[in-house]
Amino acid sequence: MIGKILKKLDDKFLKSEPRTGELFAVAALFDTPDQIIHAAEKVSDSGYKKFDVLTPYPVHGMDGAMNLKPTGIGWVGLIAGMSGTFLAFLMIWWMVGINYPNIFGGKPYFNLPASIPIMFELTVLLSALTLVGSLIALFMKLPANANPLMDTDFIKRVTSDKFGIYIEAKDPKFKLEEVRAMFESLGSTSVSNIHDAEYDLGDTKNPLLNGKFIGAMLGTSVAVVGITYFVLNVLLFLPPFNWMHYQPKVLPQTESKFFKDGFSMRKPVEGTVARGFMPYEFKGMPDSMVVITPNPLPVTQKVLDLGKKRFDTYCSPCHGFYGKGDSRLRGQFPVPPTLHSQKVTNWKDANIYHVITNGQNTMPSYASSISRDDRWAIIHYLRVLQRSANAPDSDLETK
Amino acid sequence: MDYIKKQLPDSLTKTGGIMLAVGVLILIMAFIFTPERAFFDYLWIYLFMVSIGVGSLALVALEYLVGATWSTPFRRITEILASLTPVLIILAIPLFFGLHDLFHWTHAEAVEHDAVLQSKSPYLNVPFFMARTAFCLLLWVLFYYMLTRNSEKQDIDGDPKYTKRNVTLSTIFAALFVITITIAAIDWAMSLEPHWFSTIFGVYYFAGTVIAALAASTFASIKLKEGGYLDKSLGEDSFYSLGTLMFGFNVFWAYIAFSQFILIWYADLPEETFWLIHRWEGSWKFVSLALLFFHFVLPFLILVGRNAKTNLGLLKWMAPWMLVAHALDLYWLIFPTLFRGNASFGWQELSFPLIVIGLTMVVFKLSANKKNLMAIKDPKMQMGLDFHL
Repeated sequence: MIGKILKKLDDKFLKSEPRTGELFAVAALFDTPDQIIHAAEKVSDSGYKKFDVLTPYPVHGMDGAMNLKPTGIGWVGLIAGMSGTFLAFLMIWWMVGINYPNIFGGKPYFNLPASIPIMFELTVLLSALTLVGSLIALFMKLPANANPLMDTDFIKRVTSDKFGIYIEAKDPKFKLEEVRAMFESLGSTSVSNIHDAEYDLGDTKNPLLNGKFIGAMLGTSVAVVGITYFVLNVLLFLPPFNWMHYQPKVLPQTESKFFKDGFSMRKPVEGTVARGFMPYEFKGMPDSMVVITPNPLPVTQKVLDLGKKRFDTYCSPCHGFYGKGDSRLRGQFPVPPTLHSQKVTNWKDANIYHVITNGQNTMPSYASSISRDDRWAIIHYLRVLQRSANAPDSDLETK
Repeated sequence: MDYIKKQLPDSLTKTGGIMLAVGVLILIMAFIFTPERAFFDYLWIYLFMVSIGVGSLALVALEYLVGATWSTPFRRITEILASLTPVLIILAIPLFFGLHDLFHWTHAEAVEHDAVLQSKSPYLNVPFFMARTAFCLLLWVLFYYMLTRNSEKQDIDGDPKYTKRNVTLSTIFAALFVITITIAAIDWAMSLEPHWFSTIFGVYYFAGTVIAALAASTFASIKLKEGGYLDKSLGEDSFYSLGTLMFGFNVFWAYIAFSQFILIWYADLPEETFWLIHRWEGSWKFVSLALLFFHFVLPFLILVGRNAKTNLGLLKWMAPWMLVAHALDLYWLIFPTLFRGNASFGWQELSFPLIVIGLTMVVFKLSANKKNLMAIKDPKMQMGLDFHL
């Protein structure tokens, strides 16, 4: 598909085929490795500098025939590879040692043995990519993105079954007829002139400022960014470990997707009674109709502690911590009465229980929030408060 | 080519014979004073001889199998080194008397109370062990004779059919070699610690044998070239591949060694880790570190450049270096079973270098007497001599 698009672009912008640009080089094809070795020796001995040999596979002895100096590409590979080792080391050290420390298999956050495979992989990856990159850079002479040899019959054959050599027109010794005659005398099967391609770029002087070009670059950038975002954040996104922040349990005031009615909380089955919430038989009845029953709980430290706790939670906001009506809500409600009055002191426990359960005046019923036993415990504690406010002198006497 | 056969000097047999005799004397003394230790020394010597002999045989087969041309001038030297293989049969006999001293699993009273050893006893028992050893040795010797006979016959008439036959033989041998060297590694080295196991152990030992064989071949080739025993047209470029293979298999060895280590380290299971812990206790720690640096890091750095592999002066040193490194590797594999807590190197261990070097020299000279040092009529010989980078 890409090939077809490139062909279309070529057809549109290329001025003419065959190419009519400046002469780039003279190229010759040979049939055997021996011939190409011989040709390379002849060319380098004749004093040409800007020439190169292209073969479908490495031909041993070519370095000597072309009179090449030892290449420095090994150093490029070494430096790139070592950078890969070092970068991988830094990356792992920062990721698991500093940025996101996690314990895996009881090992230290950062440990060398587990990092070595990644260091090894990155060494290979970086040196391989750098070497391919430098090959392209040297062959195409970046920033140019193509070599005039491309798309010629010459390059098609040397990547398949022939051995090729070319001498660039820029070579100081280059003379077209001499070079062609030399190649033919060496036994070349095909000698061709390779010209630069000329493109019709319209009126724009600087092709970089061409509107279409800028538009295409912008479009490509947006597409790449969009696709990258989509792939990385939607398709491949894996939530990081969230320390159990999200749990599949029901929370208060949330809709349930499981139950049909949408309620997360379930109502008790009809006719059943929750433990500690026995229905009150005098519910809604006036005080006079209450049958006096004694407080069922014993007076023990445990019961009094429970009573204090419940009193402080439910009663003290209005009645105050000591039941004197000195509440924290004073001024926002009608002032609630003191619990140390003659009336309340003389009440039986059952009367107080009746008020807590049914409510009185502005006080609502606490039947649903305080369990039966807790209500009786509150009453015991209230008696303690009443006694402490009216302690007789005899209480101070010591034995 | 203008190869003319020159006999190797007799000093080779004399010096080698003296070294061998002194080494055997030390070993006999060791058998008298410290018999258990002497058997471990003998096992060390034996495995090293297997490395060079069988490793060289594998190298010859490998070169036939892949159709290498650069190696043709060196192939006969590797074949001569492989002539240690028949000697291995004789060398194996004393070992069978030391089974009780070497291998814990031969102790019937220990196996009786040990569930692990009991479950392994269908494999680890003396009759089957001997049968496996005999099978491996006979197979190696059989293929040694078949491969070298074809190669030597070719010296007479240069018929390419011998090359074809050897390629077929090498194909069969490659598969059998992988199995037999794994058996040898598991039986002779891994079963020293019968509770321990590592499925990569065979590959680990195989990597070591190929390094040892390459190093021995490289050293012998350079020495013979310097002495003028090889064809004059053999250039330095031809040695490049020997150096590259030595470098490559050394990296392979490190890769396998690390693979074995990291799985044990990561899983952290007591049934596996104790083997490495024994090699990290006391002075064994320094042997382990020495192995890492001496066997891998330093040779890697020295041999990584291209020039190092065509520099015969350097290769002549790096080849013995790798042989010493392989000896250290085997020492590291074998001796922690005997010396718990601390490594030890006493007069008994001096028998190792003396016997190994002496025996190799003597066998090399005796084997080379009857043969050309180059496969003179091999069809690929001219291509091998013309090899250029």
